This record gives sequence, C-alpha cells and structure tokens, in this order.
Amino acid sequence: MKIAVCVKQVPDSWAEKKMLNGLLDRDGVDAVLNDLDEYAVEEALKLVEAHGGNGEGGSNTVTLISMGPERTKEAVRKALSMGADEAIVVTDPALVGSDVLTTSRVLAAVIAGGGFDLVFCGTESTDARMSVVPAMLAQRLGWAQLTFAGSVQVDPDSRSVTITRVTEAGVDTIKAKFPAIISVNDKINEPRYPSFKGIMASKKKTIDVRALAALGLDAASVGVSGAWSIVNDATPRPPRAAGIKIVDEGAAGEALAAFLAEKKFI
Amino acid sequence: MSDVLILVEYSSDTIAKTTYELATCAARAGAVTALILAAPGKGHALASQITTGPISSVLVIESDDFAKHSVAASADAISQIVQDRKPAALLIASTAFGKEVAARVAVQTESGIITDAIDVAGDLTATQSVFGGSAIVHSHIVHGTAIITVRPNSVTADLSPSTPVVADASFSISDTAKLAEVISSEPFVRGGRPELTEAQIVVSGGRGTNGDFAVIEAFADSLGAAVGASRAATDAGWYPHSHQVGQTGQTVSPQLYVACGISGAIQHRAGMQTSKTIVVVNKDPDAPLFEIADFGVVGDLFAVLPQATEGIRARTS
Ligand SMILES: Cc1cc2nc3c(=O)[nH]c(=O)nc-3n(C[C@H](O)[C@H](O)[C@H](O)COP(=O)(O)OP(=O)(O)OC[C@H]3O[C@@H](n4cnc5c(N)ncnc54)[C@H](O)[C@@H]3O)c2cc1C
Ligand SMILES: Nc1ncnc2c1ncn2[C@@H]1O[C@H](COP(=O)(O)O)[C@@H](O)[C@H]1O
Repeated sequence: MKIAVCVKQVPDSWAEKKMLNGLLDRDGVDAVLNDLDEYAVEEALKLVEAHGGNGEGGSNTVTLISMGPERTKEAVRKALSMGADEAIVVTDPALVGSDVLTTSRVLAAVIAGGGFDLVFCGTESTDARMSVVPAMLAQRLGWAQLTFAGSVQVDPDSRSVTITRVTEAGVDTIKAKFPAIISVNDKINEPRYPSFKGIMASKKKTIDVRALAALGLDAASVGVSGAWSIVNDATPRPPRAAGIKIVDEGAAGEALAAFLAEKKFI
Repeated sequence: MSDVLILVEYSSDTIAKTTYELATCAARAGAVTALILAAPGKGHALASQITTGPISSVLVIESDDFAKHSVAASADAISQIVQDRKPAALLIASTAFGKEVAARVAVQTESGIITDAIDVAGDLTATQSVFGGSAIVHSHIVHGTAIITVRPNSVTADLSPSTPVVADASFSISDTAKLAEVISSEPFVRGGRPELTEAQIVVSGGRGTNGDFAVIEAFADSLGAAVGASRAATDAGWYPHSHQVGQTGQTVSPQLYVACGISGAIQHRAGMQTSKTIVVVNKDPDAPLFEIADFGVVGDLFAVLPQATEGIRARTS
C-alpha cells in the first residue's frame, strides 16, 4: 500500500500566541509537529507494520505531506524519525497568509499526483482549529471521506477500510473502498517516541521540497491575495474581571449554592 | 433583501435551539430560509415545529442518503441550493458535522469559510475567540457565499412567533458523495440529562474525582445540568469519550460551567473558555483554571459538592 500522512507544523500549544497584522505571528513562537498529527503518523505506521512493513524490504511506503514555511522541515523530520519513509514539503513565499481553501488545494494537488491508496490526517491543527482540511481534501479529490475515526480497520485484499466515528449523537461505523481520506482522533493509539535508531535513520531520508510552480498552481491565487476570508482586526481580549475565590473551611458548598442562587442559576 | 440560508439542527425529531440562534444571526443580514435535511417522511414534521424565530421560509429536502452517506451527501444537496440561489450567506452550527458540511460546500461553491464564530453581524462580519480565548478576531468573507459556522449557545435566540412558508427542494446526490457508507449507527442513551453542547449549565469532572462521578452527577442533576469530563477522566475510562470537553472533545459555551477537580490545561480551556460564568472547585489553590474563574472554591470536591447540592435542593424544593 502507498500511504500518505498530512502533517502540519504549528506553534507550540503551550506557548503564548500573538497576532501580527491580522495573521498569527509564527516566527515569535516555538514550532512543533501538530500533536494531533502524531496519531495519524502512528496509525499509518501500525497499519503498514501489520501488512508487510515499510522501509527497506517492506511492501508499503508512508509518505508525509506538509505545506508550510521552510522550517516545516523540522517538524517533518520528527515524523520521519517515528518511521515514515519520505516527505514532500510544499513551501513558497507566495503561500504566506493562505486560507484553508488554498491549503486544501495545495495538499490535494500533491496527493493527486502521488498514487496513494489512503491518506491519514489529524482531526485538527492546533493553531487553525478548523477541522475542515480532511473533508475539503475528500471533496477536492472525489475520494471517500472517513473522518474523526476512533478505530480504523483496513483490508488490503479487498481494498476496503472501515472506521468508527464517535459523534455527539452516537457511534457510526463507516465503510469505503480505497482511495480514502481518513482523519483519526487522539483516542485511537499512543504515538511512539522516536527511537535513537529512528532519529539517526531520519537524517538520511529525503525531504522533497516543492515550490508552487512544481504543482502547476498560480502564485496569484494563493496567499493573502487569494484568500477568501479576511481578518478585519484582532484584539487581545480584555482580561476577565477578577473573580471571587474562597477557601473551604466547612461552609464553601453552601457559599457556592448562595452564589448560584444570587446569579439566578437556581 | 438579501437571501440568507441556515441549516436546521435537530436531534431525535425535535428542532434544536441552535437553529433559532442561527436564524437570529442570519436575520440581521437578510430574509432567512431554513434548510431541513431529513429522512423521507420526516422533513415536513420537523418543518411544522418551526413556529418561532425570524425564519421566512423553510425548504424541506428529504433523502435516505443523508443518514447513509452523512457529511458528503448533505454537502451535495446544500451545494446545489447554494449554486441555484447564490445566497449572501449560509450559517451552520459549529459541530464536527456542521464544520465538515460547511467545508465541502465551500469547495463545491467556491465560497470562503469561517468556522467557530461566536457572533455574526448584519454585514456578515464574524467574531471569533481564538488562542484559548486570549484574542477576539473579526473577519469577513470576500468570495462567493459567506459560509460561517456558529458555535451553539453563543447568541441569544429571538423566539418571536413566525409562520414560515414551507416548500420542497429538488436535488440529486452525486456518486462521489456516496463513496463512504454508514453501515451501522448506535445512538447513545441520553439518560434524561440535556445535551452537552446545548446545555445552559455544564458540570464537569476531572482527575480529581478519582473515578467517582456520582458526586458530579448528583450536583449536575440538582442544577438540571449536562455532565462533562476532562480528557484525564475520559482516558481513564471514568466517563464516556462523547462527554469530553476540550480541544479534542466538545466545545461548550454554556451560561454556567462548573469544573470540579480539573486543573485547567490549555486543551481543556479550548473547549470551555467562552462559557459566560465559570466556577472552579479544586483543592490546589494554584490550579491554573482559577485564573478564569468567576467563583473559585479551594477545597475538596467530595466535601464541597455534596454540601452545595444540598444547598441547591433546599432552595428549589
Ligand atoms: C493532543 C492533546 C489533546 C488534548 N485534548 C484534551 C481535551 O479535549 N480535553 C481535556 O480536558 N484535556 C485534553 N488534553 C489533556 C490536557 O493536556 C490535560 O492533561 C487534561 O485536561 C488534564 O485533566 P485534569 O485537569 O482532569 O487532570 P489534572 O491536570 O491531573 O488535574 C486534576 C486536578 O484535580 C485537583 N484535585 C485532585 N483531587 C481533588 C479533590 N479531591 N477535590 C478537588 N480537586 C482535586 C488537582 O488539584 C488538579 O488540579 C489533551 C492533551 C493533548 C496532548
Ligand atoms: N498546512 C498543512 N500541511 C499538511 N497537513 C495539514 C495542513 N493543514 C492541515 N493539515 C491536515 O489537516 C488536519 C486538520 O487541520 P485543520 O482543518 O487545519 O484543523 C491536520 O490535522 C493535518 O493532518
């Protein structure tokens, strides 16, 4: 099987984020591999390990795909050290300020040319927090959409894949044939830590860096000028007015009930 | 007047309050048409329930494919209506399903998309709360129909009486929308409590419960609240995953959020920081969630909650 995993480099979740001219100031914070994408990498690796392996002598490949600034390569390197085989990184100055429609168009262009059977994604990027890229990829490519998977079962012989999706209302079991876009949630597995051997091996793996032109996409249709949603302004939220804080000395439960009554919640 | 569409939200054959919140935002920008996507025979029954809210007309779209092919089929039907009518905006509830439908419609109709809005103005400027609530962003869409998903419970619904005109819409669903098939669907048993994302009050428990959610549930029931949990609690198997609040769980925006034995990691805050009033019960005075609490109790939840539950019962009975 040929598997791809879409991974994104994001500002560290724990770092304070700032806006700069209506865009996220990406240079001012540490950048890491989107932690939700680690579950996608892990699921892809588990899948190939169960069906003949990858790497030297394996019958499958796991290719990482990412769009982002030059330093995205660092995040991609981490996923390579987990065990993926190779990576394609799309980076181009024209892409700065792209909206999600552009991101999905760029990723779809890479996927369309790759001959993949399955593409794994995380459920959301921790910076954009939209959870829409996988659905957009399925729509653009005309592939099956299997998103928010809590479990994935693949039968390479019949080229079919079945997932369970936990929704607000219940659990759905959804089935499709290859090719499919799958996004996996953070309950599905425990992502591995890169081993020393994995880290050393990743240094020899290829990262194929592509500019927009290599994808046949026009610079004018991407970036800020090609974005279909525009930020008018971004302002720090006024800090919440300091609240009441009491220490329980035996009557705090009653005080809480009184507070709730005063605020008309009861 | 501009044409503005909303996608009706319902669960178990009842129109959800979120529908009227969407209508309230949409009506600021134009005349509202509500789309009902439902199984054959169910759509008109739902339409007849709409007797309030600023809704001028209802379009009923019925097909078995919506249950069978989920997001992709719904997006296909809606895209055709958007292509026909070229409305100024399409508002959808910001749930996992709603966002994915919006995403596919945006691609199909070449429209811009904004997700997780907490408000939408008459000129279709959307307000979002980003970076764990530390910034407020205003943005707008400059291409196609403005596709905006709005977080449930963010705006006060206008529930004045209305008598919308009901019509049926014709559409077809493409083969590519049928590639993924729902082969079984097991609904959760609700057990009488309100739905998490719609509830006015949410009471959540974390690792501090040590697995004992009985005190959380008793307190929640005294307030008629929904029950939520931190990831530490769902990972431990103490409460179902579907009740997780946070980045990889549900996003809630209730009038009142009570966090018990939850420290306040950024991923948890991501799912509750737009709650109007926040109460925190935690025995560690330095727990980060106290920073955003309107009322904080430093104490043992096993002492504080039963006493509070009794205090509430005494006031309500
Ligand atoms: C990719 C990713 C996604 C995540 N998504 C989510 C998510 O969606 N939702 C989420 O919640 N987390 C999420 N997390 C996890 C998050 O980082 C925290 O680990 C988690 O929220 C901690 O849960 P907690 O507050 O219950 O536990 P802890 O951080 O262990 O806090 C327990 C608290 O209980 C208090 N306590 C203990 N005993 C008592 C008592 N008897 N009475 C009162 N207080 C007591 C303690 O003082 C402590 O503050 C995610 C993490 C990652 C990496
Ligand atoms: N720039 C990107 N490069 C590669 N993959 C991405 C990118 N943006 C989003 N994704 C994938 O899409 C998923 C959902 O992201 P989002 O819709 O931005 O919340 C992520 O978990 C990634 O798997």
